[in-house]
Amino acid sequence: MNFVALRMLTGDRAKYFGLVFAIAFCTFLLENQTSIFANIMKRTASQILDVTDAEVWVMDPQTEYWEQTKALKDTDLTIVRGVPGVQWAVRLFKGNPVARTRKGKFAAAFLVGIDDATLAGAPRKILLGSWERLREPDSIVIDQAGYILLFPDEPLELGRTLEMNDHRVTIVGISDVPAPFASLPVMHTRYSEAINFLGRERTQLSFIIARPGVGVTPEELTARIHERTNLRARTTQEFMWDCVRYYLKNTGIPVNFGITIAVAIIVGAVVAGQTFYLFTVDNLKQFGALKAIGITNLRLVGMILLQAFTAGTLGFSIGTGMAATFFEIFVHKLATRGIVLMWQCVALTGACIFVVVIVASLLSIRRVLVLEPAAVFRG
Amino acid sequence: MGSVVNGGIGVSCRQVRKHFGSGETRVEALRGVDFETRFGELSFLVGPSGCGKTTLISIIAGLLDATGGEISVLGTKMAALTPSERVLFRRKNLGFVFQQFNLLPALTAVENVAVPLIAAGTPRRRAVEQSAALLIQLGLAARINALPSTLSGGQQQRVAIARALVHEPRLVVCDEPTAALDHASGDAVMQLLAANAVRPGRTVIVVTHDTRVFHYAHSIAHMDDGRIVNVTRPSTSRTLSEFVEDATLQETYV
Repeated sequence: MNFVALRMLTGDRAKYFGLVFAIAFCTFLLENQTSIFANIMKRTASQILDVTDAEVWVMDPQTEYWEQTKALKDTDLTIVRGVPGVQWAVRLFKGNPVARTRKGKFAAAFLVGIDDATLAGAPRKILLGSWERLREPDSIVIDQAGYILLFPDEPLELGRTLEMNDHRVTIVGISDVPAPFASLPVMHTRYSEAINFLGRERTQLSFIIARPGVGVTPEELTARIHERTNLRARTTQEFMWDCVRYYLKNTGIPVNFGITIAVAIIVGAVVAGQTFYLFTVDNLKQFGALKAIGITNLRLVGMILLQAFTAGTLGFSIGTGMAATFFEIFVHKLATRGIVLMWQCVALTGACIFVVVIVASLLSIRRVLVLEPAAVFRG
Repeated sequence: MGSVVNGGIGVSCRQVRKHFGSGETRVEALRGVDFETRFGELSFLVGPSGCGKTTLISIIAGLLDATGGEISVLGTKMAALTPSERVLFRRKNLGFVFQQFNLLPALTAVENVAVPLIAAGTPRRRAVEQSAALLIQLGLAARINALPSTLSGGQQQRVAIARALVHEPRLVVCDEPTAALDHASGDAVMQLLAANAVRPGRTVIVVTHDTRVFHYAHSIAHMDDGRIVNVTRPSTSRTLSEFVEDATLQETYV
């Protein structure tokens, strides 16, 4: 009887397409909004995830997220290095200087100062130049998006200069780093240079990054560092989630996205659910005739579930295709670079659609089960 | 079990009662119906609207439970069957022709006819072949793959008759098969039914208001107010013209 169920489903083209596209648009909206939201939250920790050399971050005990730093004492680095299990620990500076081009265009930037000796803390991807050239005096590596922002419509090339805090700095590399939460240029230089490009304060050390030795897990090391220094020590993943939680708790972003996602779920559930329910109700006479002919309730339930899952799977697939196309287009745009369709969001949306389809099916099944086959004799 | 040879009892109802609702809203639909049909015959059940015809055939077909009385269909006591046994009994032994045809609009004519066979487990290809043969026999060779919406009312009812007969049921229940048709189409449908549905070992019940087709009946049971008030056998006891010209009946049916 499966073919009968499928033909009943596809027989009325207008209702069939209405049902499938209601599910498809619900899927698209959910995957789109949840992915953008998750990616924006992930951006709050872009510069943390960029540092792949170290697995442990040490910071002032009051530091809650990346943007918020209170400088440590230089001696803290020595203390951290003395904690058992630390393979190595180096300084990391983070500041927000204003960079100005010779033509007068300027922008506030993220400036990351990495260890002078080892260059530990530098991201992996570089498009032009090399990290080694940071050893040259007054040199920086700028990210591609920042370069395009400061030098619009100009080709990527090395040797251009910027002015930062009365220092003339030369671009020796162009990197490809994930976009930060605020779309500012991301610049890397040596620690000793970075503190000059921003203006000296009494203490400058933003973070210490460290790597655990053999046989020591990052979690063990963070516990030991905290115990011995009283500083806050977090693994890279923990620090990333600290940032995400901070923005979730202290900004209106989750509320805005939450409303959109809730509306998508409600509208999607109502439209798709109601369309499917009405589809079944419209076909009650046919189900009644099938009951009279001798089709069992179990078979009818199977037919309805097949119809629901067919429409749900098709709508979900189309919606996911639409979402994938959307992200494929926008992932190449400067402002939305790195924002991708996350598999977790696809899975979550799939679960939501599954629930919608199940609820709509159950309501429809109930109507068919309570239907008296004798109703077919009533004109 | 009654004899399946022509003249044997196909359906037997004794003092069948049915009411709907309770208290002030209680409606007595059947008030002790005695009714019989015989194998190899077309039995008409006639009477004014609301007299209980549809309720009676619903009970005979196992679609409704009687409140009281005894119903034996093809030798089986309906009250003894569980709901699931009743579904299987219907699937195997009953064919239905509905007033509004009740064809599945998304299926072609031949697929509609094949539904009872497929439901009984016949492979789809064989079911379709068997259904096509029956449709050809019923004069629909050219419309086998047509959707119901493209068929005339008469053609749709012929498809419905084919669907009712394709699995060789022993009881065929027809509810107002000519009500939605003009005179010519209605007459053609009744001719088809008489020629193809009436078989030894099968009994056919036709509920109708349509006095123009009474001459196809082997027996006519007249219902009124939940009871069978009169049973005639036109071919033996009176002519069709005599029957239709009966002033009382004329008032009732026309």
